Amino acid sequence: MSSTIEHSEEHRGAFSSRKVFILAAIGSAVGLGNIWRFPYVAYENGGGAFIIPYLVALLTAGLPFLLLDYGLGHRYRGSAPLAFRRAHGAAEGLGWWQVGICFVIAVYYAAVIAWAARYALFSIDKAWGDDPEGFLFGSYLQAGDPGVGLDFVSGVTVPLVLVWVAVLVIMALGVQKGIGAASMVFIPVLFIAFIGLVVVALTLDGASVGLDALFTPDWGALGETSVWIAAFGQIFFSLSVGFGIMITYASYVGRRSDMTGSGLVVGFANSGFELLAGIGVFAALGFMATAAGTTVDEVATDGLGLAFIAFPAIINEAPAGALIGVLFFGSLVVAGVTSLVSVIEVVISAVRDKFEMSRVGASMAVGVPAALISIILLGTTTGVYVLDIVDHFINRFGILVVAVASMLALSWVFRRTSLLREHLNRDGSVHVGIWWQWLIGLVAPAALTFILVNEFINNLQEPYEGYPTWMLNTLGWGLAVAVVLLGFLAARMPWRDSTFLGDPEIQAQKDERSS
Amino acid sequence: MSTAAIIMMLIAMTVLWGGLALAIWNINRYRGEEPEIVQREL
Repeated sequence: MSSTIEHSEEHRGAFSSRKVFILAAIGSAVGLGNIWRFPYVAYENGGGAFIIPYLVALLTAGLPFLLLDYGLGHRYRGSAPLAFRRAHGAAEGLGWWQVGICFVIAVYYAAVIAWAARYALFSIDKAWGDDPEGFLFGSYLQAGDPGVGLDFVSGVTVPLVLVWVAVLVIMALGVQKGIGAASMVFIPVLFIAFIGLVVVALTLDGASVGLDALFTPDWGALGETSVWIAAFGQIFFSLSVGFGIMITYASYVGRRSDMTGSGLVVGFANSGFELLAGIGVFAALGFMATAAGTTVDEVATDGLGLAFIAFPAIINEAPAGALIGVLFFGSLVVAGVTSLVSVIEVVISAVRDKFEMSRVGASMAVGVPAALISIILLGTTTGVYVLDIVDHFINRFGILVVAVASMLALSWVFRRTSLLREHLNRDGSVHVGIWWQWLIGLVAPAALTFILVNEFINNLQEPYEGYPTWMLNTLGWGLAVAVVLLGFLAARMPWRDSTFLGDPEIQAQKDERSS
Repeated sequence: MSTAAIIMMLIAMTVLWGGLALAIWNINRYRGEEPEIVQREL
C-alpha cells in the first residue's frame, strides 16, 4: 500500500477482516426498528402480500443505496465529512449534516436501551404487575406533563449512565478492538437469543393465530400507494443507510475488499432478521390475543407500546414469562448497543479526521457531551416526550432529507456515481450495472421524496401527537433545521495541513507505480 | 393457519433466508483480498 495512504489508515484504524466488517455492519443495521417496527408494518400493510413491495424496495432502493454508501466510504476512505470532501470540495457539508443527525440520534437512542435493560430485570419478577401501561408511564418513567424539566428519575438515569459508560469503553478501544470485537460477540449472541425467543413463542397457545394474522395475504393492499410507501420507508429506516454509518464503516475495510458481495450479505441478514422478528412477535401476540379471548387486531401494536406494554402483558400470561422477558429485552439491549456504537462512531470518526485527534481523545470529546445531554434530557420525568418528538422529526426531516440530498448531489451535481460504480465493480463479486446509477439517481430519491412530502404535509396539517407548539418547533422542526445549518458551518472549518484531501485511490495507484 | 398464510410464510422464508444463504455462499466463493496487516490505531 502507498506510504501516504498507509500512514493515514494506520492512524484511523481498520477492521481486521471483511468478516468483522460484515458483522459490524449487520450490528448497525439490525436495531430496535427490526424488532418492534417491521412486524407491525408488515401486518398493517397487506400481511403476507407485503413481501412483494418489501422485496421491490429492498432491491431497487435499499441495496443500491447501501452500495452507494459503501462505494463512497470505501473509495474515499474517510468519515462522512472527509469522504464527501474528497469526492468533491463543495460536498463536505453533506457529511457534517449526517454527523449532526447521528449525534442527535445517539443522545436519545441510549435512553431506549437503558429502558430495555431495566425491563430485562423487571421481567424476572414481573415488576409491572397487572397494569404494564400504568407502570411504564407512572411508576417507572414517572412521566409528568409534556415539557422539558430537570426532575431526574433514578430508575432511568442509572441504567442510562451505565449504557454510556459501556459504549464509551467500546468506542475508546477503537475500530477493531472495540467495535469489531463487540460485534463478533454481540451479533451471534443476538441471533441465538432471538432464535431462542422465537422457539419459545412458537410453543405458546395461539401462536399460529398470530402467524395467520401476519402472513395472510391481502392482495388488494398492493394497489394502495401507502403500502408501497410503508415498504420503502421500512427498508430505508432499517438498513442504516444515508446518514454516514455505512460510509464510516466501509472506510475501515481493506482497499481490495469485495464490497458488493458484503452489501448483499448485510442487506439480506437485516431483512432475514426482520422476518424472524415478525414470526417471534406475532406468535407472542397471537398467544396474548388467545389468552384474552380477543383478536390479534386488538392487541397488535409497534414501537414503545409493543416493547414496554404489550410484551410485559405477554410475559405475565406466558408459561415461561421470565425467560421470554429476558430474551426479548436482552435482544433489544444487544441490538440497540451495536446500533448505538455505529451511530456515535460516525461522529467520533469525523472529529478524528478533522482535528487529527487520538481515538481516546475523540471518543471522550464526543461521548462525554453526548452522554451528559442524554442524561439531562432523557433521564428526567419529561424524557419520554423529548425522545418521542426528537425521534419523530429527526428520522423524517433529518435522515430522509439528507439521504435524498446526498443521492441527488452525488448523482447530478458532483457526478460521482459512475466513478463509484467502477470502484465497486473493480473487486466486487456482484457486478453493478448502469441501472444502479438510475436507481440511486432517480428511483430511490423519487420514492423517498414521495414519503417525505407525505410526512411534511401530515405534520403541517396535524401537530405531532398534540404536543405543545413550542416543543415541536424547538425539539422537532428547529433541531432538524439546526443540524443542517451547523453541518454546513462545520464544513467551513479548515482541515489540518497534514490531512490528505485528494482521491486516496488515485494516490495509492500512483505510489504503487512508483514503488 | 390458513393455507395462504402458510404459503406466504414459506415464500418469505425462502426469499429472505435463502437470499442470505446465497449471499454468504457467494462471498465465501469470492474471497477477495484481506488487509495485509491489522492496522494499529493511534
